[in-house]
Amino acid sequence: MGRVEGKVAFITGAARGQGRSHARRLAQEGADIIAIDACEDQPNIPYAGATEADLAETVRQVEALDRRIVATKADVRDFAALKAAVDEGVAQLGRLDIVSANAGIGVNPLSTDEIPDEVWKDMLDVNLSGAWRAAKAAIPHIKAGGRGGSIILTSSAAGLRAYANAGAYVSAKHGVVGLMRTLALELAPDMIRVNSIHPTQVDTDMIQNEATYRLFRPDLDHPTKEDFAPASQTMNALPIPWVEAIDISNAVLFLASDEARYITGVTLSVDAGSNIK
Amino acid sequence: MGRVEGKVAFITGAARGQGRSHAIRLAQEGADIIAVDIAESIPGMERFYPGATEDDLAETVRQIEALDRRIVATKADVRDFDGLKAALDRGVAELGHVDIVSANAGIFMFGDQTQLVTDSDWQTVIDINQTGVWHTAKAVIPHLIEQGTGGSMILTSSTAGIMGTPNVAAYTASKHAVVGIMKTLALELAPHSIRVNTVHPTGVATNMILNEATFRLFMPDQEHPSQEEAAKVFQSTNALPIPWVEPVDISNAVLFLASDEARYITGTQLKIDAGYTLK
Repeated sequence: MGRVEGKVAFITGAARGQGRSHARRLAQEGADIIAIDACEDQPNIPYAGATEADLAETVRQVEALDRRIVATKADVRDFAALKAAVDEGVAQLGRLDIVSANAGIGVNPLSTDEIPDEVWKDMLDVNLSGAWRAAKAAIPHIKAGGRGGSIILTSSAAGLRAYANAGAYVSAKHGVVGLMRTLALELAPDMIRVNSIHPTQVDTDMIQNEATYRLFRPDLDHPTKEDFAPASQTMNALPIPWVEAIDISNAVLFLASDEARYITGVTLSVDAGSNIK
Repeated sequence: MGRVEGKVAFITGAARGQGRSHAIRLAQEGADIIAVDIAESIPGMERFYPGATEDDLAETVRQIEALDRRIVATKADVRDFDGLKAALDRGVAELGHVDIVSANAGIFMFGDQTQLVTDSDWQTVIDINQTGVWHTAKAVIPHLIEQGTGGSMILTSSTAGIMGTPNVAAYTASKHAVVGIMKTLALELAPHSIRVNTVHPTGVATNMILNEATFRLFMPDQEHPSQEEAAKVFQSTNALPIPWVEPVDISNAVLFLASDEARYITGTQLKIDAGYTLK
């Protein structure tokens, strides 16, 4: 019996990286999946966006686990599209229990007084408002089930502390905590739990790119992954440069499962001790 | 394959309540257990709730053995470092290693405004809830470092380790102190890949909470409040519509933190509090 057997999980940003890993981990433990992803390059972001082929690969991996998945190309900036995707997923899969508001974009390193207006707006629109829209689209379905549920918002170590030259990202990820706490209070009477997770650096395309390398190694013109690793490790207390997507997925699985049936309003750090340094 | 298969867990306060539940849950997932408990009444606690007994500790042993896991159980007091260390060392000698620590032993004294708390009550709470956790860590850390295979320490704090609680001064101070111990240990032990975290339960349905003295703390106007009446008042402190959580809910959090699924989680305060600290 899987730890989330028979449940249905809605995951944003599911084409690759952490989102795909969450889909696979939850499916391994018995959940069906409603997946969305923008599947496009994002403006002002210094790495390539996910593709429709990536989303198709997530579908393939979930189906290989003998679980069902309803995947749709949809952008968390577009509530109507998001809602249509969730509605269709629930129509096909029959219920909704778990939400992973995971879609997010990474840091374009700039001092805060130099951030262009559109960069700031994009960051808040995807990383904060996107989580709100995902919750807004999902909540009526979870309430309608009458069985409670678990909403997990992906914040960041940068949702609990600041990092220089990441002002928009830090602000958006702090905002996610406020959203989580408000939703946790509002939804508690319906036994719908809401928590946030706070990863340190995760080994995905979001950090494994030259812009992130330069944020950490401004002393080098073209820093490499090998140059980045020791600098990244200084963020953490444990002697590791980054965590793997599966580590975040295991935390999502725990919060999604009935093992965490009375955990709500929690900021769960998966950060190798980053927050206490 | 259990989630902590082949590991050994050292648990204080293991005779009953949360400690016994942690032992059972970890054993279900493949761990062997080193259990200690004072297993006697603690002077000054008579007016609150009775202490665990040697029979309680024997029952924990019976339940672990019924799961086909091994357990080394010793009557030992977390205030007595030498006794605690001897119990742990004997367990490690018999079971081969130690990987997981649940510093769970604790007492709950309350009822007086802070200026009225007696020296002896204050000291008893601090000695067990705060110094006891330090003793537990101090006894086990040399084993963990020498083994060189990492480890996971889970210190039991409380919602009272995050928020103030009127008329519960010593307990609240001791549970805040546990957070300080955790953060310090997490930094000190990170180079050894030894993780240290706290759990923060709201009220848990054990003898510590389900007794008339505790009910009166929440309903000072009533001489003999019932559990049913208390449940309503307890529920009003949580966001989720429940009066208290069950020991297994804390055990599931301990299991998660103990397992390799949490291999990079350290320095975290994990609340199992039904939203108590949000309200």
